[in-house]
Amino acid sequence: MPTDNLVEIDKLSFAYDERKILKGIDMTIPRGKVVAIMGGSGCGKTTLLRLISGQLKPSHGDVRVDGVSVPKMSHQALYALRRRMGMLFQFGALFTDLSVFENVAYPIREHTDLPEELIRDMTLLKLNAVGLRGTQALMPRSLSGGMARRVALARAIALDPMLIMYDEPFTGLDPISLGVIGQLIRRFNDALGATSIMVTHDIHVSLQIVDYVYFMSDGAVVAQGTPDEIRASQDPFVHQFIHAEADGPVRFDYPAPPLAQELLRESAHG
Amino acid sequence: MAKLIDGLTKLGNSCNNALQKLGFAARFFVMILLYSGQSFRRIHLTLREVYFSGVLSLIIILVSGLFVGLVLGLQGYETLQRYGSAEALGILVALSLTRELGPVVAGLLFASRAGSAMTAEIGLMKATEQITAMDIMAVNPIARVIAPRFWGGVIAMPLLAAMFSAMGILGGYLIGVVFIGVDEGSFWSQMQAAVDFRSDILNGIIKSFVFGVAVSLIAVFEGYDSLPTAEGVSRAITRTVVNSALAILALDFVLTSFMFRGI
Repeated sequence: MPTDNLVEIDKLSFAYDERKILKGIDMTIPRGKVVAIMGGSGCGKTTLLRLISGQLKPSHGDVRVDGVSVPKMSHQALYALRRRMGMLFQFGALFTDLSVFENVAYPIREHTDLPEELIRDMTLLKLNAVGLRGTQALMPRSLSGGMARRVALARAIALDPMLIMYDEPFTGLDPISLGVIGQLIRRFNDALGATSIMVTHDIHVSLQIVDYVYFMSDGAVVAQGTPDEIRASQDPFVHQFIHAEADGPVRFDYPAPPLAQELLRESAHG
Repeated sequence: MAKLIDGLTKLGNSCNNALQKLGFAARFFVMILLYSGQSFRRIHLTLREVYFSGVLSLIIILVSGLFVGLVLGLQGYETLQRYGSAEALGILVALSLTRELGPVVAGLLFASRAGSAMTAEIGLMKATEQITAMDIMAVNPIARVIAPRFWGGVIAMPLLAAMFSAMGILGGYLIGVVFIGVDEGSFWSQMQAAVDFRSDILNGIIKSFVFGVAVSLIAVFEGYDSLPTAEGVSRAITRTVVNSALAILALDFVLTSFMFRGI
């Protein structure tokens, strides 16, 4: 039974051995929206994407995509679901032994029996959409970071997915590339009628293009709202994040015993 | 006492880890076999790997084979002429190469040239998230990346061993017949009479096939199991070369003891 939400996350927990990464997260991603998941490095954002795409199994809780529980899916059902997903990786993850054209054509070749002429046309249209039709014959090593990210975006949307996930799409980009990728994310979501989840810590570009934001810290959702609500938020975590303050709810110091105690212990040993 | 317990705990943990890894490798091998269909249905995937593992290893195999044959010719002649059996040089060179040196030395060279390249390629694909990207695109990386490389190595290895042996025999001929002057007719005819297809050549082919399976499995497994960092990949390459060399030598002993026990 389809609901208004494409992705529903209920009390989701995940741990690597004893180390808890996610602690009972609840989240909904409405259809047709671009939703950002923000938070500092190591707060569990990428792990959450991996749980949504079924790369990891949760310790507790559930992730439902299009009404179906991802952790309970068989391998075949999961692959059938993934054919309707696209993902942009942090550094593109382009296949280095294939040309730009072959990278974008890859999912089409793997999952369809379309004639070569049609594959060519589809691939060129996707490359044209990211403004890189002229690079079709180049190898990934010849591309700049921003161009590689755009080619990877063309590959992610090659099969017109219903859900597009972005893992830190803005990392390491110059301001122009950053703006271009941001605009493409919004444009493709609307043009394809897709739903997008974007994991990022680039707040300024994100607030311009997304419909809703979740803030995560230490494996839990600590704040959420529309971009306007976030900008007006008095929440100390959101305030620290937006204003890039060194100390606040997210501590500057990694937990450690008091410095004096540590120094005294060292001199006693010495 | 505490140190002893600590030591025993570490030993137990190492054994446990080694067993776990062995179990994972066995499961991995079964997965490769299960997902091998695509490697043969889309044969160009496997042929591409035969090219990378086999054709690109040809230079080192041919040159090494030639030099091994030249040395065998010299050493063999030196010993045989003391007993007045220099004409048996062809037999010595051919049997040494087809039974032992061809499969073993070609296997060691294959592990260092192609095995290490396979591990590096798969390890770097993992480190740069290409394997994950494939999996997210609903393309099984075992079927698409691992199995073709495995079968490419398995097919290439016996062919390389045969080329190695052929070049070695040519090297023995050059030294023995062309440079030293051993009778050419005796060299070839004695070789033809003494080398048996089943017990010598076929057994050599079986050995090289088994070495091909072992080296290719170790190479793809170490690549797939490597930590996705520069250090992790470099350690995986080292493990591939070391483990492959040990596996080849150990398997060689086992196979030889089964194949030639009646002699």
